Amino acid sequence: MTPTEPSEERASDRGVEPELTDNPTGPTADKPPLDGVAGRAVGPNATTDLEKTKSEPERKLLDPSTDLVTGDQSIRRSAGTRTGMFGVSGTGDTSGYGGVVAPIIYPGDAQRPYGGWFDEVADALEARLTSTDLDGAIERVVVHRGEITFHVRRHDLPFVAQMLRDDADLRFEFCASVSGVNYPDDEGREMHVVYHLLSMTFNRRIRLEVTCPDADPHVPSLVSVYPTADWHERETWDMFGIQFDGHPSMTRILMPDDWPGHPQRKDYPLGGIPVEYKGGSIPPPDQRRSYS
Amino acid sequence: MTTTDNSKQDVYADPSDTSQGKVFTVTGQDWDSITQGLDDSVEERVVVNMGPQHPSTHGVLRLILELDGETVTEARCGIGYLHTGIEKNMEYRNWVQGVTFCTRMDYLSPFFNEATYCLGVERLLDIEDAIPEKAQVMRVLLMELNRISSHLVAIATGGMEIGALTVMTIGFRERELVLDLFELITGLRMNHAFIRPGGVAQDLPPGALDEIRDFTALMKKRLPEYADLCNANPIFKARLEGVGHLDLAGCLALGLSGPPLRATGYAWDLRKSEPYSGYEDYDFDVMTWDTADAYGRFRVRLAEMHESLKIIEQAADRLAGLEGAPVMVDDKKVAWPSQLSIGSDGMGQSLDHIRHIMGESMEALIHHFKLVTEGFRVPAGQAYVPVESPRGELGAHLVSDGGTRPFRAHFRDPSFTNLQATSVMSEGGMIADVIVAIASIDPVMGGVDR
Repeated sequence: MTPTEPSEERASDRGVEPELTDNPTGPTADKPPLDGVAGRAVGPNATTDLEKTKSEPERKLLDPSTDLVTGDQSIRRSAGTRTGMFGVSGTGDTSGYGGVVAPIIYPGDAQRPYGGWFDEVADALEARLTSTDLDGAIERVVVHRGEITFHVRRHDLPFVAQMLRDDADLRFEFCASVSGVNYPDDEGREMHVVYHLLSMTFNRRIRLEVTCPDADPHVPSLVSVYPTADWHERETWDMFGIQFDGHPSMTRILMPDDWPGHPQRKDYPLGGIPVEYKGGSIPPPDQRRSYS
Repeated sequence: MTTTDNSKQDVYADPSDTSQGKVFTVTGQDWDSITQGLDDSVEERVVVNMGPQHPSTHGVLRLILELDGETVTEARCGIGYLHTGIEKNMEYRNWVQGVTFCTRMDYLSPFFNEATYCLGVERLLDIEDAIPEKAQVMRVLLMELNRISSHLVAIATGGMEIGALTVMTIGFRERELVLDLFELITGLRMNHAFIRPGGVAQDLPPGALDEIRDFTALMKKRLPEYADLCNANPIFKARLEGVGHLDLAGCLALGLSGPPLRATGYAWDLRKSEPYSGYEDYDFDVMTWDTADAYGRFRVRLAEMHESLKIIEQAADRLAGLEGAPVMVDDKKVAWPSQLSIGSDGMGQSLDHIRHIMGESMEALIHHFKLVTEGFRVPAGQAYVPVESPRGELGAHLVSDGGTRPFRAHFRDPSFTNLQATSVMSEGGMIADVIVAIASIDPVMGGVDR
């Protein structure tokens, strides 16, 4: 969790103590000047803010001294950063570790063989996709904690789902769940839709994941393949604002019809509790003093 | 509102003209005033808003029924009246506190909500193999007790809605016994937050096993009463048989699981197909029926309660041999530091633990403080571990970003999914059968809306 490159402008911007590091040269040796922008420009990583956030984990992968890389050699992808040893933001952190900046890293692509029946499913799916000229439909595969996730290219989702449902070697007859996840820091892929499919024939479960940018929140609907996705997609629209093209009635389901905004998005505040005592109110949990 | 004269004073129940036609508010015993308000030219097609406050819609479920006479031509559900933002709230609390939220979703099966959430957290923490045996057995015991109490409510309210009030009274009588056991074991009758990531909150209290054995012995005498009252009762069968029909293909397409799926004759039960919490060690059968209607679902639930009793007995026997065994994972970085105990003034932290952190070890105090205020970190990733709840597949899709709080928690609630079958089960039937069809799904609105 310790970045080896101490040139994080965030740390210097805040003027806090250097983070813990096992880099023998010490963090202060090549620390940029306090005007972080200028300091960054002369460094070897003269990138924009956004690029920097994204490129950090790749850079770290090359350095075996960090504890980010485990032995499985899988490439990981990042979505945002975490500041402070205790995850505290703003006030309240008197620990001195407030300047620690660590990337948030999700499990990366799995390499063949995936193990067990994962390979059978992947082979059968690949064979079907190749025969229908949809080679690139599976962007990548993640195997983590005994669950396999296929990241599907957005516009190919209905075809892939149809194959998964109908192919004699796949037979994912049952769409258990559809849920949205909002990764505000996953640039260009802020909105994710996650499908959990179940094959009762083979007793297997897989997960499909589709992403779309926040600027273009459209994902093809799966109602034509799995009618059960009807309400699940409506809920995902209601909560995240992801529009499912081809859905028979894309309306709100849990919130009132005239509700503004989509509550489960990360930029939607939780809201406080009004207390009728001299105008005071209890702030929402993320604005209270916190230790985590 | 009983007469036309009264209705003139009633600002809420007066008929009003809208762009969709004339709207009446029906409050009971007012049929005469309604028919007087209609002229002869009116068409037979009526749109009825049933609910959201209606005794026979299982909570705040709104049904929008289009009727041709007494025949339902179109049935739609309006949900969301009990939406409480539990999933959003969980993102602002640490992983242990999440249990307190999710137990309130499907309030008739709280232990299943807790179990699927905790199993997901444990998978992300990679401590699935480290859960102590006693915690596993206690989870199974509580879940099966919960299955009985939940099925009892399903049968009781389902019976009540068709006028079988005796089924309701005896159903709630037996459910009370289960809730007493919950109170004895967890301290609460509902919203227990007892199953925690890593194990369960505390050990069985003394005497609990005897109470459980008394309960199973009593239930073996009482459960046949339901069969005597209902199974061959001609009125009961006439109301349920052939109603709410949905075959296997329909169930899979619409994502139905649980009793509606098993009533089609397909023995799909996650306790057998993907055993969790050690279900593979118990001897029980998956109950099915082959009529795919409301009666079949009733029979499946009735039979499942007997199977649950079998599991409870086996679990009680195993617990008898596990006295004093740990109920929380050994990893002190995950296990909730304090162990609760029942004192003379109610439940609180055990005195041994307070003595340890306050008088013996500074590190223990720091550790306690860190875990209680901040919580443990869960490695980044996502997990989905479904369990077989009384209503079907209940799963929690948990996403962690490596922090002390869920990045996203989504619950696949079987009530939510199964309720989608309302239209296909009711359209073309009589309006009275809509109630039976919905009761046979057994939706719990707390779980539907979350």
